[in-house]
Amino acid sequence: MVQLRDIAHSRTGDKGNISNVSVIAYRAEDWPILVRQVTAERVRDHFGTMVRGEVLRYELPQIGALNFVMHDALGGGVTRSLALDPHGKCLSSLLLTLTIEPIHT
Amino acid sequence: MKTIRIGTGAGFSGDRIEPAVELAKHGEIDYLIFECLAERTIALAQQAKMRDPQAGFDPLLERRMRAVLSVCRDKGIRIISNMGAANPVGAAKRTVEIARELGLTGLRVAAVQGDDVLDILSPDTFHIDEENCALRDFNKQVVSANAYLGAGGIVDALVAGADVILTGRAADPSMFLAPQIFEFGWEMDDWTRLGRGTLVGHLLECGGQITGGYFADPGIKDVPDLARLGFPIAEITENGNAVITKLGGTGGCVTAATCKEQLLYEVHDPKRYIQPDVIADFSGVEITEIGPDRVAIAGGNGFQKTGSLKVSVGYVDSCVGEGQISYAGPGAVARGRLALDILHQRMELAGICCQEIRGELIGVNSVFPQAEPADDAPGEVRLRFVVRTDDLATAARIGEEVESLYLNGPAGGGGVTKSTREIVAIVSGLLPEGHLKTHFEMMEA
Repeated sequence: MVQLRDIAHSRTGDKGNISNVSVIAYRAEDWPILVRQVTAERVRDHFGTMVRGEVLRYELPQIGALNFVMHDALGGGVTRSLALDPHGKCLSSLLLTLTIEPIHT
Repeated sequence: MKTIRIGTGAGFSGDRIEPAVELAKHGEIDYLIFECLAERTIALAQQAKMRDPQAGFDPLLERRMRAVLSVCRDKGIRIISNMGAANPVGAAKRTVEIARELGLTGLRVAAVQGDDVLDILSPDTFHIDEENCALRDFNKQVVSANAYLGAGGIVDALVAGADVILTGRAADPSMFLAPQIFEFGWEMDDWTRLGRGTLVGHLLECGGQITGGYFADPGIKDVPDLARLGFPIAEITENGNAVITKLGGTGGCVTAATCKEQLLYEVHDPKRYIQPDVIADFSGVEITEIGPDRVAIAGGNGFQKTGSLKVSVGYVDSCVGEGQISYAGPGAVARGRLALDILHQRMELAGICCQEIRGELIGVNSVFPQAEPADDAPGEVRLRFVVRTDDLATAARIGEEVESLYLNGPAGGGGVTKSTREIVAIVSGLLPEGHLKTHFEMMEA
């Protein structure tokens, strides 16, 4: 098992109370691993109570990237959240702790 | 084929100033664009303007203009910025004064207006998305309403010969799209090119975030010389494709990876990046490294615009009180948890009316609430207790309760800080673009 951090990089963005987290493969050959193992359900489970709404996943195969859009995820959004990180900027680093089976099938 | 070069002078209101000066002096750019307006900034700026009608534009406008105006005039670089915030006319007047002080006679400065829609929103038909109600039924004190304008007003000011263009709330990519429309003569219904121009704008709008800023992760993603990070330049051709690069000798890096991270930054459905001018489609974008710090961007697309503009409505939401205290050494986490437990009890015992409570230990679970400390628990933690209240007087009691932990709480608490603040928050809705009129006012130094 490896961490997602070993095969992909990530950045978080915010719009209102919605957070988006990209997951981008360093190497094109790892893209199928991302598609198969980094599902919207796993991302939702990973963040647990932080994300209250639905999680949608978009695929960008030509750049080897997934984009997760997480609704009701920022405690009301940057303008009113009580969180120390109201933008949710740190979420990308947290997502990279996801465990991955480094197997190409 | 005609090519233009656009540089980013700032990616947010507090951004560094020297990289913009370097770009103006050595970047051989045609346009320098400063993006300085966040979601809530304009609501706070509207409040500043209510207190002082001359205020309400970006507090760093003066320093930025003094730093770049002369060199931009020398080299024929035109400046576009949303530093006008709640008062583009005030910002333009101040810029003209600065230009005169610098001896830049004849410099033409335009203020683009029309984004302030507070007086034209219909209480019955304007719908607030987050609350799913009409404006009339939104039971809060509204302080501002600003529509995200498209490129049109900026293009008009460029046609009229403006050297500097100051806007209020304009969509960030539209500030970068406008000079492309103007230079290449794109039609306002050429959705493919508008989509590509929006893509370039989106990549540039956060400045250093595409040149290696916000990217470094030592040992995995190393970036050279972040203290002297260079801001991006886009070399754009008539067909809307572009190369992203930066000035030689500056810090940072432009790679496929930095461009990919920025491509998806603050994007939801990549097929539908909804902007005032176009629905941009990033789903087929191709990103190719073609040289050191040179990345080619192609494959952007676009579809017909929605015809509606997003409006951000600022309102007085609530007050917040906060207190912090540190614990260190063996048992720090346990003492921090005990202190949190005491504070939760105190809210009830002291009869403090709380809308929302958040208590956490920085170093353990302040970012990730369900995190558990590892066996090698941190040797120090900082307790943070923050409460949403109806008024500032109640908010002040939160810090007082944290401070009282000195004599009444667990052993060894130190370094209390306390604060209160009033929260101006943002909700949003859509306005048919025909309901407002964009225009500009030209001034000359």
